[in-house]
Amino acid sequence: MIQWGYTINQPRAVNLDRNDLTAARRIIRQMPELQACIACGSCTATCTAGNLTQFNFRKVHTLVRRGEYEGAYEEMNKCMLCGKCRLVCPRGINTRGVVMLIKRELGEY
Amino acid sequence: MSKKVIIVGGGVAGMQAALSLKGQGIDSVIVEKSDRLGGKLCDWHKLFPTFTPASEVLGPLKEAVERAGVEVRTGAEAERIAPDSVLLKSGERLSADAVVVCSGFDLFDARIKEEYGYGIYDNVYTTADIERMMNEGAVALPGGHAPRRIAFLHCVGSRDEKVGQRHCSRVCCITGVKQAMEMKTLFPQCEVYNFYMDIRMFGPGYEELYRQAQEEYNIHFVRGRISEASPTFDGRLQIKAEDTLVGRPLKMSVDMLVLIIGMRAGESNGRFAQCPGVGCASNGFLAPADLFSGSVLSPVEGVFYAGTVTAPKNVGESMSEGAYAALRVAEYLGARS
Ligand SMILES: Cc1cc2nc3c(=O)[nH]c(=O)nc-3n(C[C@H](O)[C@H](O)[C@H](O)COP(=O)(O)OP(=O)(O)OC[C@H]3O[C@@H](n4cnc5c(N)ncnc54)[C@H](O)[C@@H]3O)c2cc1C
Ligand code: SF4
Repeated sequence: MIQWGYTINQPRAVNLDRNDLTAARRIIRQMPELQACIACGSCTATCTAGNLTQFNFRKVHTLVRRGEYEGAYEEMNKCMLCGKCRLVCPRGINTRGVVMLIKRELGEY
Repeated sequence: MSKKVIIVGGGVAGMQAALSLKGQGIDSVIVEKSDRLGGKLCDWHKLFPTFTPASEVLGPLKEAVERAGVEVRTGAEAERIAPDSVLLKSGERLSADAVVVCSGFDLFDARIKEEYGYGIYDNVYTTADIERMMNEGAVALPGGHAPRRIAFLHCVGSRDEKVGQRHCSRVCCITGVKQAMEMKTLFPQCEVYNFYMDIRMFGPGYEELYRQAQEEYNIHFVRGRISEASPTFDGRLQIKAEDTLVGRPLKMSVDMLVLIIGMRAGESNGRFAQCPGVGCASNGFLAPADLFSGSVLSPVEGVFYAGTVTAPKNVGESMSEGAYAALRVAEYLGARS
């Protein structure tokens, strides 16, 4: 086959008609407080791991809640569970618990 | 001879102004263009943040106005105002010792934001439509079945250069949160998404309600503005937005799109501003003498304001201004007699 050097990218849109939200709902059911996140970014600002790697806790859990699970487990593995994020969260979310929960629920993705 | 005050507009602000004047022994006439007292509240179902039926606020207020013997002229639209008179559209001129303008706001006409398809697609609604449907006791899709997914869009006709409405309408964020919760209560299986630019919870109990909507009602809040709505083959709507917090475009289909419409300046304001000295702010609302102790005074002696005629406000704020305006009117009349 002749290779013309062109490729087609996968659409980047978060497609809520296609995404399977079952796992997201399971996570929310166990920790409804996660929905109270107002995306202020305090957790990411204080994150020790985020200072050294691309890890962005806020972004990963928001994507998970939209049914975008791929890579979430690996991302959450960057967390060192120091718990500083939990100290700063203005909504009082148990962020460390969220990390553990996502790792538990999304290991196979 | 007793002094007479004319109150233009019989919404909550106007009614409270009349009652507070009466309390100080001053008679007033309410001039109301529609056929009933109450203003917008007649059309609202339950009030944020407590889900109090609007009728529970309006009923006692109307009764008090009646008991106080305030003269009410319905079907009378004020055309021009002056410190000593009000000219009605019918041509009749009523003389007065002071005038309180309480003519309120207008709802933004959602058809102007054509890209959202209000008035074009059957399943696009406004927050005012939802209030009406709740009052009629029937929120349902055209086919009569329950919606599975509903999207609310904040700031329709507010904070938008494109439609000449730069201001924030203040009460619509909390209205959107309240209605999202009401929908979830009506249709527990339904998924509700609120698309917002900023969430502005300015009043007591509002932030708490927002949090309750998130945590207990599972309402999804997505920061991003819907760019357009288009019909799908199966009669639903596809909407597109950017989920700005994850930096990716997002699309989904919904059964209902509810446009959270803002408050715009009342259409009478321009005519009222022809009274020398009276003027509108750049957003068309009447501009008070100052925004502090003179919030209910116009720049013209003898002309007063109360309620949403000067800016978006909630019910409590509008009524407080009615009472404050009455106080300032009494001081003004006292100084002249
Ligand atoms: C969708 C929506 C939902 C809301 N829900 C709530 C809520 O739950 N809780 C809350 O606290 N607030 C709520 N508000 C805000 C509330 O509607 C206002 O605070 C309130 O209506 C303001 O009262 P008002 O008397 O200033 O004006 P209006 O209610 O607008 O009354 C003005 C009156 O003046 C009359 N008028 C106008 N022009 C003339 C004229 N030229 N001559 C004679 N009469 C005239 C009108 O017919 C009307 O009767 C909501 C607003 C919106 C848009
Ligand atoms: S109150 Fe909220 S929805 Fe209304 S204009 Fe302001 S930010 Fe937008």
